[in-house]
Amino acid sequence: MALNKNEIAQRIAQELQSGWYVNLGIGIPTLVANYIPKGIEVEFQSENGILGMGPFPFEGEEDADLINAGKQTITALPGAVYFDSATSFAMIRGQHVQLTVLGAMEVSETGDIANWKIPGKMVKGMGGAMDLVASADNIIVAMMHTNRAGESKLLKSCSLPLTGVGCVKKIVTNLAVLEVVKGGFKLLERAPGVSVEEIKAATEGTLIIEGDIPEMKL
Amino acid sequence: MNKIVANVEEACEGIQDGMTLMIGGFGLCGIPENSISELVKLNVTGLTCISNNAGVDDFGLGLLLQKKQIKKMISSYVGENDEFERQMLSGELEVDLIPQGSLAERCRAGGAGIPAFFTPAGYGTEVAEGKEVREFDGKPHILESALTADFAIVKAWKGDTAGNLVFKGTARNFNPMMAMAGKITIAEVEELLEPGELNPNEIHTPGIFVQRIFQGKGYEKRIEQRTVRQK
Repeated sequence: MALNKNEIAQRIAQELQSGWYVNLGIGIPTLVANYIPKGIEVEFQSENGILGMGPFPFEGEEDADLINAGKQTITALPGAVYFDSATSFAMIRGQHVQLTVLGAMEVSETGDIANWKIPGKMVKGMGGAMDLVASADNIIVAMMHTNRAGESKLLKSCSLPLTGVGCVKKIVTNLAVLEVVKGGFKLLERAPGVSVEEIKAATEGTLIIEGDIPEMKL
Repeated sequence: MNKIVANVEEACEGIQDGMTLMIGGFGLCGIPENSISELVKLNVTGLTCISNNAGVDDFGLGLLLQKKQIKKMISSYVGENDEFERQMLSGELEVDLIPQGSLAERCRAGGAGIPAFFTPAGYGTEVAEGKEVREFDGKPHILESALTADFAIVKAWKGDTAGNLVFKGTARNFNPMMAMAGKITIAEVEELLEPGELNPNEIHTPGIFVQRIFQGKGYEKRIEQRTVRQK
């Protein structure tokens, strides 16, 4: 069975390491915060100006002056700190944030990512995504393997306007965990019950398969 | 030094057609609601607005867009506003979309007397078109220039008559850098205090960056995405 969005988030959460500052993008990445493994301590940064972001507030406790980058109401954990946007991106550009998780419309086998614009159709802007992907050492993309039309989102080269060049390291989709290496997408794990053949069929870019590919453990 | 003005009308005096304005806020969080309403009333047009977002259809900068007062927007993300997308795709509105961190730093640079800087953000994308590229430590960077404005309009939680400002929560966002980059900076505050009432150790924006300050009123503080968890 292919993973649902929560399971993709759950698999990505297994990558977290204690002591990391982590920036989660909008959509599936936001869900990662719900699955932090026991014993792992991380702190979440939101680029609109908070470190130490907590869960959503209880009803009646929403504060209009306390939101995340997706404009959702949030809470602050003890030890949290607020800062301005220039300081926030100093943390990001200066590589003080250890992991960035974000969504994508397309990823290429050389690690290019496109996630901000469909010319003539959807023009929302890049927000902080270009700063994040240009600087982060460790970028994980969370997305579905194919788009709504069933076309692969893992391509030889991106067709949409790029957000960043050669920056994606790892991809977790509903079908697989893949690493971007020299020569293409290296298949690391399969979703439970999903065959290598199915992943191959859903991947337009070069897929590198070495030996037996284990199933993900959730 | 006393920066206090009587009201929003006096604060916005001198704002004219065709000017460049910086407007603080992230989404609807920390936007200068009183001054935006006044801009609608003044009906100034042909504005260039530098603001991270463009509000929603019926609040924030969306109010100026509805009346077609904005000629050009310089922003990083405009996804919450259908009227904006319509005006942009039809070519009525000029739009310069730039990475959020570059936008923040360009405002900061403008206020700090730094004409330009190199950043890795946007290299290899359409944002880099026409910009100088230079390698540092083997990594390509693009040259981004500073931004300034005829007026910067910011919103703070508390301020004193000397123009010193304190922001609340994530409503700080772009406000401090924009305050630095305005030829004239207007600050509207929820609570206006006398000098000495703010702790000098805890002031976010020093009053030197603020020319006019007034006590705002009737803040709606609309929430864009009310998200809660179950008890």
